[in-house]
Formats: sequence, C-alpha cells, structure tokens
Amino acid sequence: MEKHLNLTLQVWRQKDAMSEGEFVEYQAKHISTEMSFLEMLDVVNEEIIRKGEDPIAFDHDCREGICGMCSMVINGRPHGPKERTTTCQLHMRSFDDGDTITIEPWRAKPFPVIRDLIVDRGAFDRIIASGGFISVPTGAPQDANALPVSKQNSDLAMDAAACIGCGACVAACPNASAMLFLSAKVSHLGYLPQGQPERYGRVRNMVSQMDAEAFGTCTNHGECEAACPKGITLETIARMNRDYIKASLTYRPEIASGGAG
Amino acid sequence: MELNSRIPDGPIEKSWDKHRFDLKLVNPANKRKYKILVVGSGLAGASAAATLAELGYEVECFAYQDSPRRAHSIAAQGGINAAKNYQNDGDSIYRLFYDTVKGGDFRAREANVYRLAQVSVNIIDQCVAQGVPFAREYGGMLDNRSFGGAQVSRTFYARGQTGQQLLLGAYQALERQIGLGKVKMFNRHEMQELIVVDGVAKGIVVRDMVTGKVSSHVADAVCLATGGYGNVFFLSTNAKGCNATAAWRAYKKGAAFANPCYTQIHPTCIPVTGDHQSKLTLMSESLRNDGRIWVPKKKEDCGKPASQIPEEDRDYYLERKYPSFGNLAPRDVSSRAAKQVCDEGRGIGSTGRGVYLDFSAAIERLGAKKIEEKYGNLFEMYERITDDNPYKTPMRIYPASHYTMGGLWVDYNLMSTIPGLFVLGEANFSDHGANRLGASALMQGLADGYFVIPYTIGGYLAGVKPGTRISADDPAVKAAEQAVEARTNRLVGIGGKQTPTHFHRELGKVMWEYCGMGRNEAGLKKALEIIPQIREEFWKDVRIPGSGQELNQSLEMAGRVADFLEVGELMCLDALERRESCGGHFREEWQTEEGEAKRDDENFCHVAAWEHKGEGAKPVRHVEPLKFDNVHLATRSYK
Repeated sequence: MEKHLNLTLQVWRQKDAMSEGEFVEYQAKHISTEMSFLEMLDVVNEEIIRKGEDPIAFDHDCREGICGMCSMVINGRPHGPKERTTTCQLHMRSFDDGDTITIEPWRAKPFPVIRDLIVDRGAFDRIIASGGFISVPTGAPQDANALPVSKQNSDLAMDAAACIGCGACVAACPNASAMLFLSAKVSHLGYLPQGQPERYGRVRNMVSQMDAEAFGTCTNHGECEAACPKGITLETIARMNRDYIKASLTYRPEIASGGAG
Repeated sequence: MELNSRIPDGPIEKSWDKHRFDLKLVNPANKRKYKILVVGSGLAGASAAATLAELGYEVECFAYQDSPRRAHSIAAQGGINAAKNYQNDGDSIYRLFYDTVKGGDFRAREANVYRLAQVSVNIIDQCVAQGVPFAREYGGMLDNRSFGGAQVSRTFYARGQTGQQLLLGAYQALERQIGLGKVKMFNRHEMQELIVVDGVAKGIVVRDMVTGKVSSHVADAVCLATGGYGNVFFLSTNAKGCNATAAWRAYKKGAAFANPCYTQIHPTCIPVTGDHQSKLTLMSESLRNDGRIWVPKKKEDCGKPASQIPEEDRDYYLERKYPSFGNLAPRDVSSRAAKQVCDEGRGIGSTGRGVYLDFSAAIERLGAKKIEEKYGNLFEMYERITDDNPYKTPMRIYPASHYTMGGLWVDYNLMSTIPGLFVLGEANFSDHGANRLGASALMQGLADGYFVIPYTIGGYLAGVKPGTRISADDPAVKAAEQAVEARTNRLVGIGGKQTPTHFHRELGKVMWEYCGMGRNEAGLKKALEIIPQIREEFWKDVRIPGSGQELNQSLEMAGRVADFLEVGELMCLDALERRESCGGHFREEWQTEEGEAKRDDENFCHVAAWEHKGEGAKPVRHVEPLKFDNVHLATRSYK
C-alpha cells in the first residue's frame, strides 16, 4: 500500500573536481513509497530549481537497472540497502518515515568527482580498450552454429557478462580495486571457445591497465560481491587469478618477424 | 525537395548484391584521408563507428553518456530476429521480409526490408564470433523463441538482456578501435548543431557537458545514430536522456523528417502509479510467449484480487479476438485491444488502466523453475518495482510509448536529403513502416551499422576529393557555433519560475491524450492549438539555475524539451494529414466495424516527408510513393 514519508537528506555537494565538497541538508517531504529513489531526488530537485538554486547533479539514464549510469552511496552502501538492486530500482518503500539518508558519490581515486554525485569512470572504458574484446572485425565469420558451446559454459559466460560497469564494486572495496569488474569480462570471454586465442594476452593487458589507472589490489574482502547489483561472484576473480598466473608463467614476447610477409 | 529513394531496379533478391557492386569503392590507401563523425554509440552508432574504423577511415564518435556502453539499446530485453531457420519451422529470408512488410502495415519500402532480412543472418554470425552469449540448447546449438507478429521461432536471445549483450559486443569492438587509436571517443558531449556548407553536411557542433565548452568538428561525412523521439510523450520506456535534438537540428538544416506520426505504443509495460512517475518500464514482449492476457468479463469484478475471479469470468480478449495469433498479436493490435477493454471500464489496478499478464497456466505446465530460467530477471525487476510477486499473482501491465518508426528520411544508401548526412538505426524511418515487429529494432540497428553503411558511405566518399574538408575557421563553422551559444544564453537568461520538467510533463499529457493510441481530427486540431501555447509559456517562464559554462543538467534538459515542443507539433500535423489508420497510427475515423485499423491505399500508400521552411512557417509535406511488387497489399489479419 502507498504511504508517504518525510525524510532528511544529507547530500554531498561539490562544484567540480577542483573544489572542496561538503554535506548539505535537504528535507524531502510527502514522498510516496511508490517512488523510486531517483524520483524522490527529482522531487527534491524540482523544489531546488524553483528556488533558483543549483539542483543536485547525479548520473542516471535508463532507470531500469541496466545502463549502469546511476552511482550513489546511500547510507554507506553503494546503490543502497537492497541486495542486487541499482539505485534507480531502489524504491522508497525500503525507507521509514523520519529517516535521515546520507547520499555520496562513489569514492575511489580512479573515479574523480566531476560534480556532486557524478564521478568520472573513464578508467573502466580504458581497461576494456586494453583487451576486453575478441578481435573479430566485421565481415563474414563462420555460421553461428558451426561452433557448439556447452549450455553450462554459455550460461556461466552470460552470468559474468551481466556486469553493467557501474563501479559499485570499486566504491565498496576498501582498496578501491577493480578486480570484480575486470574478472567479469575475463571470465565472460574465457568461458567461450571464441575467446581462447587471446585469453592469456587479454588478462595480462587488462591487469596492467588496471594498475596504470591506480586501482588497488584485491585482498579478498568480498565487499564487491555484496555490492554488485548483478550478482557477479568472487569466483570470477579466482578464475582470473588462475589465468593471470598462467599468463605470467607462459608469457613470451611477440615474435619480431611475426608480421613479416 | 526531391525524394529520390535510389532503390535499385531488377528482382528484389538481387538488388542489394547488384547495388553493392555498382557502388564505387574508396582505395584502401585513401580511406585514412577521410574523416567520419558518428553521433550516438548505441547498436547502430557503435557498430558503425567500429566497422568504419576497421575499414581504415578516421572516425570520431560522440555520446551524451559517460561511456558508449550506456546507450539505450542496452535496455532492449527480448531478442533479435534473424532468418536462420535453425528450428526448421519454415523460416526464410523471404518470410522474414514478408512478415516485416505486413507487420509494418504496408508502409515500408520493400527493397530496404528485403536487405534487412538478408543481412539478419550475418548479424548473428558476427555477434557470436564477438562472444555474445546467446542462449543455447544442451547440444550446444543456439536457441530461439517466438515473438509477436510471426508464426516461426526466429528470435535469438540472451536471457532478458539481449540488447545489453549485443551492445556490449559492439561496444567492445568500438573500444578495440579506440585502443588502437582509430576512433576518437567523445563521451559526455551532446550534438547541438549540424554544419552545412553549400547544402552538404560538413561537420557538427557539440557541447562538452562537463565544462560547457562549445566546439566544432569538421569531417567528410556525418552519421546520426541518435535514436528515436519517444520521449516526446514524457512518460515512455526510453531512457531519461533520450532526445530528438540531433535529428531536429538536422531537420532544421534541410533534412526531411518522414512519418513523424508513426509511433509505437508497447503493450506490456508496468502501469503508471502517480504524478511523480519519471519513466515507464517495459516488460519484454517475450513474456507473451507464456503469459496469458486477460481482464474480468464483468466491471464489478475489477476491484477484486485476481485469485478471486473464477476462470469463466475472465476475458482472454486477445485469444478471443485473434485466435490464430492469440497473445502474440503484433504490438499495435495488442495495445489498442488493451485500451479498448479499459475504455469499457474493465481495466484493473488502482487507476483502472491496466490488464493482467498471467503465468499461472505456464507455471503449471512447465514448472516455476523453467519459467524462472526463461524470465527470472524480468520477474525480479517487476517485483522490485511493484512489490508484487508475479509467480503468485498475475503481472499488471499497460501500453506505453516505446519506439518511433518515423525519423529522418533516408534513401537506400541511408543518406538523408542533405548529401553527406547519413542516418542509422531508430533515428531513420526506413524499415518498419507504420509498426515495428518485436525483436526487429536490434536487427535494424546492427544491420545499418555493421552491414549497410560500411558499403554505402564508400559510394558517397568516392565522389568526394580527399583533403577538401573545410577548415575549422570557415564562416559556416563560426556561424553554427554562434547559433549554439546564442541558444544557450537565451535559455539561461529567461529566469522564469517553472522547471523544464514541468513543461515536458505538460507536453507529454497532450501528446498521450491526442496523439497516442487513438487519434481523431478534433483532438489533433486541439493539440495543435495547445502545443504552441506550452511552447510560448516555456520560452517565457522556464528557469535554469547556473550558467552554460559548467555541468548543468537543467540546461541539458531544457534544450531537449525545447525541441520536443516542436517535434510534438510536427507529429500532430502529420497525424492530422494522414487520413487513414495504419499500424501504430490509429485514426478513429478510419476503422472497421470490429474496431480494426482501416488503411486507405488509394490515397495514402506513401511516405510523408516534411520539409522545414523556416521558423514560424508551416512545413511542407512531400510524398514518396510506395510500390509493392512482391508482397501484395492486403488487409492485415491476425485472426
């Protein structure tokens, strides 16, 4: 049943990357429990705009939990209190009348704040660009059914591929490690026969890019798994570590004359 | 304005092959001398940018989100069609072509649709090679499901996240090219103006959404892959940021806008709960494979819980009205049927605008586990939003704006009426006629990006001398930049009292009421009176805090709403002039006794393309006649 709530918000406000930020208090009145968390912020922002002040800037787009754009730490938890739920899919029925809610941006060195709750996640794209793909130019590959893939491997690949690249794993990790994000891609492509030729080079390149972006290392806290809205598991990290060790032991530099001809 | 569709002559089966051979080629060593701009990074944009870079062109790609992976293609759930006939159930390229032309209510170009059906099979091969984890059978072969408007199983899917997986495939191909330095990516940049010199597209002006800096990019060709204009309804299944600005700037610079009144209202969305609603969420059409749609037979039962309404008092209206397609009737037909039963007072839920989508029979037949395997994530999403468990109580659904078949007019090469400006994916008008079939949007986006534009743009560039790009200080560039700055300053300077969202919501109500699922002359005329009033009010009373020289989400929103206020008017104008019912365009004056759409092939078997004639002047309607040499014009029947 629909109810209405009065809430106090403590929101992180920061003009830009160069400025200092601070918490600012707002009152959110008569908030329907049917609203999503972002709709609650819309209502607060409408009020702020009418007063002529700068509304709270936050990233959002699809509002159905798949684009990975929304990114807020709510009461200390990335994406808030509900398991496997992005901020945009969190509904106000998860809160009680009179609650105080603290809202902050992702906090991690490789994700600098751009404004208020918006951060720069470009590092994730650069990690993918360093090897998170199968090198197959558009053309005429063989028939899709020419290469059978066991249902189990296909399902496991899909589980890992469900990552939405939101960065909650990094925000939750005490070391700001990007291991869960990276290992999800390594596992997705590693489970499939198409991903085998580049398997070991891929993991080496991606890890080296992750290090260059100043993400921390994994010390098995498991906070990432708990925060992941798509249920990516620590098992992917174990898989990736295995691949990485093998890649390090078997690494050979490219053959100098490999491109000759 | 001349609308030359450049459809190759000869038998339709051969036209694409012949056309590809007839297109001039660009010498491989010359490709790197051409620069192409791709605006948008969804399925069409990302696949085009990656493929053009692979061919050797210099590519720049622009997205308003923080990463190309976030484009709204990612939210497509159900699947992608392809004429693979892996199920041995009688599918073929010709049948996919036929179904798509018929599904579009005979308002699409035959040659374009045939090409789409042909390349559909290459798309699946390409995606599988990229590592897209499509659903598979135990033997390792790809699985298929059926979708609305078809009687064969030709839809490939990756759980309920097909759009996500296809987009990630294209995104990864794009990131690979970015890593190789072949594509320069501009995230958080929004296109604000098209640069046209002597009638030819030569570049774009963009605003950096972080710093507010306005800058120009000049090139040899521009591709718009900027999606549809469904957000004109305010409430829609589109992402909040989806907008018509890029397409609208192109329209104002001389690109014809075709069939703006063709909008798709998707039958299975979660109903509205209140005024705070910011968007609507789609529940994939694939659910109609196993879900049965019904409302109570008697009005007085509508308030009761579904479990207390006995089987004999339920009206499975789609199965009753359309026995051969049943719950898989096409989207336009299903949406109108839902509206009809709700108009009769038999709608369910607190607002009375809703129908049930019931899985109890399927759960009984297949078991909850099998249903979970097929639709688990959709059921979870539904429960998260509504707090109802669809394994136990039926889902409540209602139609919502979802897709726009209309868009910028393009020829067979996907080139608009402005030479050098190409339009891909949902942003163009070409393949779906007056109604798109389920699982065909992903197919078209990738067809355009992977397999059509890489050939056709070469044919255009072969006629452009390398090294003849305009310079960055060309007067046309400066004028376009100044127009953008002036518009920003005007918006910020209004200093009124209302928020941009307020005006957007007002517009949405008018559009939904008068230009939604049912349209009539009086309503459209009324809308054409109200919309200019809202627009006038907007330009007098909107309030945008802050300045144009910083990250300013109110300003971004206001710019988009300003354009929607003009797009909406053109939609109503087009709907008024199209005096027939076809597909998603249902004019209440033209219906059969049973309430089905009644086409007027004698007077309206054509594309209507609108030409901008200056601010305040009435746009001019041009006509491209449609010829049906292969599929014979017939009344669509799904009975």
